[in-house]
This record gives sequence, C-alpha cells and structure tokens, in this order.
Amino acid sequence: MASIELRNIRKAFGVVEVIKGVNLEVRKGEFMVFVGPSGCGKSTLLRLISGLEDITSGEMLFDGKVVNALAPSKRGIAMVFQSYALYPHMTVYENMAFGLTLEKGHDKSDIRRRVEKAADMLQIRQYLDRLPKQLSGGQRQRVAIGRAITRDPKVFLFDEPLSNLDAALRVATRIEIAKLHESMDNVTMIYVTHDQVEAMTLADRICVLRDGHIEQVGTPMELYESPNSVFVAGFIGSPKMNFIGGERAQKLDAHTVGIRGEHITITPGEGMWQGTVIHTENLGADSYVYLEMGTEEPVVVRLDGTNSYKSGDVVNITPMADKIHRFDTAGKPIR
Amino acid sequence: MATDVMAAPGAVTGGKIKSELMQQRVRAARWFLLPMLIALAVVAGWPLLRSIYFSFTDASLNDIGGAEWVGFSNYLRVQVLDSGAVRYRGLLVDPAWWNAVWNTLRFAVVSVSLEAVLGMLVALVLNAEFRGRGIVRAAILIPWAIPTIVSAKMWSWMLNDQFGILNDLGMRLGLLSQKVAWTATADTAMTAVLIVDIWKTTPFMALLILAGLQMVPKDIYEAAEIDGVHPVKQFFRITLPLVRPALMVAIIFRLLDALRIFDLIYVLTPNSAATKTMSVLARENLFDFDKFAYGSAMSTLLFLIIALLTILYIWLGKVRFDGGDR
Repeated sequence: MASIELRNIRKAFGVVEVIKGVNLEVRKGEFMVFVGPSGCGKSTLLRLISGLEDITSGEMLFDGKVVNALAPSKRGIAMVFQSYALYPHMTVYENMAFGLTLEKGHDKSDIRRRVEKAADMLQIRQYLDRLPKQLSGGQRQRVAIGRAITRDPKVFLFDEPLSNLDAALRVATRIEIAKLHESMDNVTMIYVTHDQVEAMTLADRICVLRDGHIEQVGTPMELYESPNSVFVAGFIGSPKMNFIGGERAQKLDAHTVGIRGEHITITPGEGMWQGTVIHTENLGADSYVYLEMGTEEPVVVRLDGTNSYKSGDVVNITPMADKIHRFDTAGKPIR
Repeated sequence: MATDVMAAPGAVTGGKIKSELMQQRVRAARWFLLPMLIALAVVAGWPLLRSIYFSFTDASLNDIGGAEWVGFSNYLRVQVLDSGAVRYRGLLVDPAWWNAVWNTLRFAVVSVSLEAVLGMLVALVLNAEFRGRGIVRAAILIPWAIPTIVSAKMWSWMLNDQFGILNDLGMRLGLLSQKVAWTATADTAMTAVLIVDIWKTTPFMALLILAGLQMVPKDIYEAAEIDGVHPVKQFFRITLPLVRPALMVAIIFRLLDALRIFDLIYVLTPNSAATKTMSVLARENLFDFDKFAYGSAMSTLLFLIIALLTILYIWLGKVRFDGGDR
C-alpha cells in the first residue's frame, strides 16, 4: 500500500516538453485512471511513476519518500503493458515466476504457491506450462496481470491493458480488473486509457490529461456532473456532450452551453430550440436522434427505447434546465 | 476459441481435401522451382558426382577421358612388400591429409567461436541507440566488403617480417624483442590466418546477429526492468535465448565457410604445413601434383566431412531455419 505524490513533475524529450508541470496525489488503495486523447502525456506520466523514464524536474514521492532516482524494481510496483510484454521463450509459469526467482529470499515452494494463487485468481492455472504464443490475446493479458500480481506490489500500473483486445473480451477483462481491485483493496492502482468508458467504470478517481497538463481530477460523477472545462465536458460521457454557441447561448448568458443527449427532451408542441432530423440510431435499449440546427456538430438526443423519427422531420427540443452547463469564452464553467 | 479458428485452415491443407486453388498453387510453385533445380544440378550436382566418380578411378590431368575404375584404392589399399611386410597406402592413412583435416577443424572451431563472441558484442553495440549509429553500422562492414585476396595481401604486407607495420610497431613499443616472420613461422602461421579471418568475417556475423536482435521486442526489457533483472542476467536469460535461432544460423553459415577455407590461406601462408587445409591440399593434388584421382578423393572426403558436421550441428543444436519460436 502506498500513496503517490507528484510535485510539479516535468518531462522533456530533447526540446519537446511532454509533461508540463503536474501536481497530483494518488491516495493509498485508490484506483486512479489517467485518461485523455492520444499524445496528452498519460502514458509518459505512468512511465515516470514506474521509473522507466527519468523525471526532468519536479519530485515524485512514494509514501512521502522521494523516489526520483530509485530503480523501477525497488519502487514496489508491478506493471501491465499494452503489448503484454511476456517473455516469449518462457512458459506461463516461468513468466510469472521470473522476477521472484531472481530475488533473494524466496524458496521454490513459496514461489510456486504465489504463482498458483495468482493463476487461480485469473483462472489461468491450466495454461501454466504453455508458451505465450500458444495463448489467445485475452489469455496473454491475464498472464501479464498474473505476473504483476505474483510480484505482490504496493502499486499496480496498467498501460492501456485492454486496447489490444476485441470488444467482448475488453468488457469481460474490464470486469475482471474491477474485481481484482476489490480483492486487493490495499493496493494502489493507476490505469491509463484513452477510453472514457473504461475510466468511468473502473475509477475511484479520474485524472483527465490534456497536452501535458491536468485538466481535472475527480470522481467519475464529479467529472460527469460538473466538468471544469469544455474539454472535460466533451471528453467524459457517451454520446459526447452537445455544445451550442451563438445566439442560443447568449440568451442563457454564456459563450457556449453544453447539454448531454440524455438531458434533452423532444417536446411535441413548443420547444426551446428547433432542429431537423438528419439521422437516427436505434440500439434497442436506447436510441439516438441527430439533429441539424446550425451548430458545428449535429445535436444528439438520447431517447429511451426505440423511436420512429425519420430524416427531414422537424422537431422541437428542450434541455432540462438544471442540466445545462454554461461556459465562458475561455471554456471555463459559469456557476 | 481463437485457437480453433486458427487451426481450421491447417486442417484442410493437412488433410486429403485439396482445393483447386491449392493444387494450382502447388503446380505453379513447381514451375518456379524448376529453373533453380536445373541450375543447381548443372553447376553443383554434376561436378559433385564427377568428383566422386573420379575418386574411384586412376584419372590424371593428361588423360581424364581414359580414367579407369580402381575401386577404393585411392582411399585405402593394402600393399604386400617383397619382404612380406604389409603396408597400408591411400588417403585414409596419409599423414598430410590428416594434418590438413586437423588444421581445418582447428581453424574452423577457433575462428567461428571467436567470431560468434565478437560478433555478438559488436551486434549489441550496434543495436544500442547512439549518435552516428548509421555510419558505424556501414563502416563496420568494410572488412567484409573487401575481396579476400585484397585483404589477405594487405595483411601479408602488414605482417611482413622485414617491412611489416606490425613488426615495426611491436619493436617501437618494446613488445617484440626481434622481428617475427608471422606468416612463415610454423608457430605463428595459424594465428596470423586466424587474426585475418576474424578481422574479415566478424562484421558478417555481427550483421546476422543484429538482425536477430532487432526481432526481440523492446517492451520485454521494460518488463525485465520492473522485475528487477540485472542487465547481465537480462542478456543471458532473455537476449541470448531469443537471438539463439539467428545465432545458430549465423554460426552454421560461417562454419560451412570456414571448413572449406582456401583463398586466405593460399595467399597468406602458401605451402605452410601448419596452415594447409583440406581445400588447399585437394587443389594441390588435383592440379599441381597431377594426382587428379587422389585430389578427387580428398574433395569427396571433404564433402563428406562437411556434410557430417553440418548434420551433427543441426541435429545437436536443434537448429530451426524458420526463425525460431517467435
């Protein structure tokens, strides 16, 4: 169990500064997710925490102790890589046991016990004698997680662990990682993803990164309900929040207003705004109606169940008053 | 589930059911192979069979067409002297031949082992990222790109006992008390040959190993970093097992080359019993001594020895030519 503190961390590769002064505290036993678009620096930040990259300036503290110069293996961390990074010439068992066999003070039976315990947790015990190439992608990822568990780390680092899996497997593995977090409640976990759904479903707290800066840190619901900027508002939630500018926003004393698709109702008679249906998507449980109303991107309305609107239909819509997000010219919320 | 799907196409081709497309492909493949097979038969198969045939005859350069079958007597024959003593004659009891075999094996084992170690070191350096890596990679190939005759002649001047730069340097630095005839002295001739060969072919080895190193994924070194694996252990437990397939193939290429070494020795240390290899001896008998049949017998044995060693190496080393288990 460890708390991690980042104090004004900067990282530059040559002249390019990738992390531009990050201050963050990850609490003990917390599941923290770094999320952001590609190139925002989230993976670099994780690699700085792991020690695989050197910090250019600033301080990194584990449990109050500066670890800037500490080797990765001495930080009490384990890492799961996007590409699995299994040793291709070793069996599953050897992959999981390799780190321990090189450390002093572990006898063989102790190592076997730890590997088998981790293998049971992830249901990969029957694959212990196989080579990585004989496993499917999902099984390999479980081995990679198993290898990390075997190290019995204080901090668990995940670098986009699900992005090489197909959609169904991604959901299943996501649930397994959530369960893993519950069963290892004294382990701090940091998880990097570009997928806001993974962030929302897994995180205790989410850290939204953009261009080397932290945009906002908060629980999933804080980010969903009161985003700190247009960027966070647009990044969190699916479908994406609708942004409406111009006169319609000015009437609400804002430069831009944001309203989520699920917070708009189609009102048959009078409505606040009017739009033309250009496309509909029926997903069964819910459905999306795309409206053309002069905004940059079409406005999406999320409806429960199916709907029978057709392209060209003109509809009146009204946003729920208490769910409207108002932003100023700098993209900051007006509250 | 995924493995089931992947196994399916293999099962079809492995079974009796062959689609029309498959048959078409096999037919096309045969046509494409034909020119190469014909070329090989003409330039390799036919001369090989002729050599083997001549080794069982009394052929001489003056009258190759009139060669007569003499069975195994080039290899081994029993001679009963007038005194009644029994003498064995032939290649298998020829001390010059066994000296050449020994020279060749010693040369091959020492040069290839040293080249493998040095080649690995060079490859590891070239695989690291540093400024000017491209230039260094190109520069290191120069010894290999120089024709053997040229580099052998160049080294023979450098090693010259009177005017050679190595003797001069050695004397000036006080390393040598007197000038050494490197290539002419029996004690140093083999060392001289080995130095030149290693200088010349280490780059080739390094390049083949480098190709293998570049196939090793970078991320597993990061995993090893987190596992706390010491760099030396990383090399022996991760790098070496993973480049082993490439290394084994590189070694076999070099071994085949080294076992039939000719040009370097012919130029650097002509007529030195200390370095005379099977190829040099065979050529000498074939053309210089006009013992064409005897030389053919040597060539045949050379072929058998190389074939045997190669088979042993592939079998014992479990060499796979499909790029190993990646």
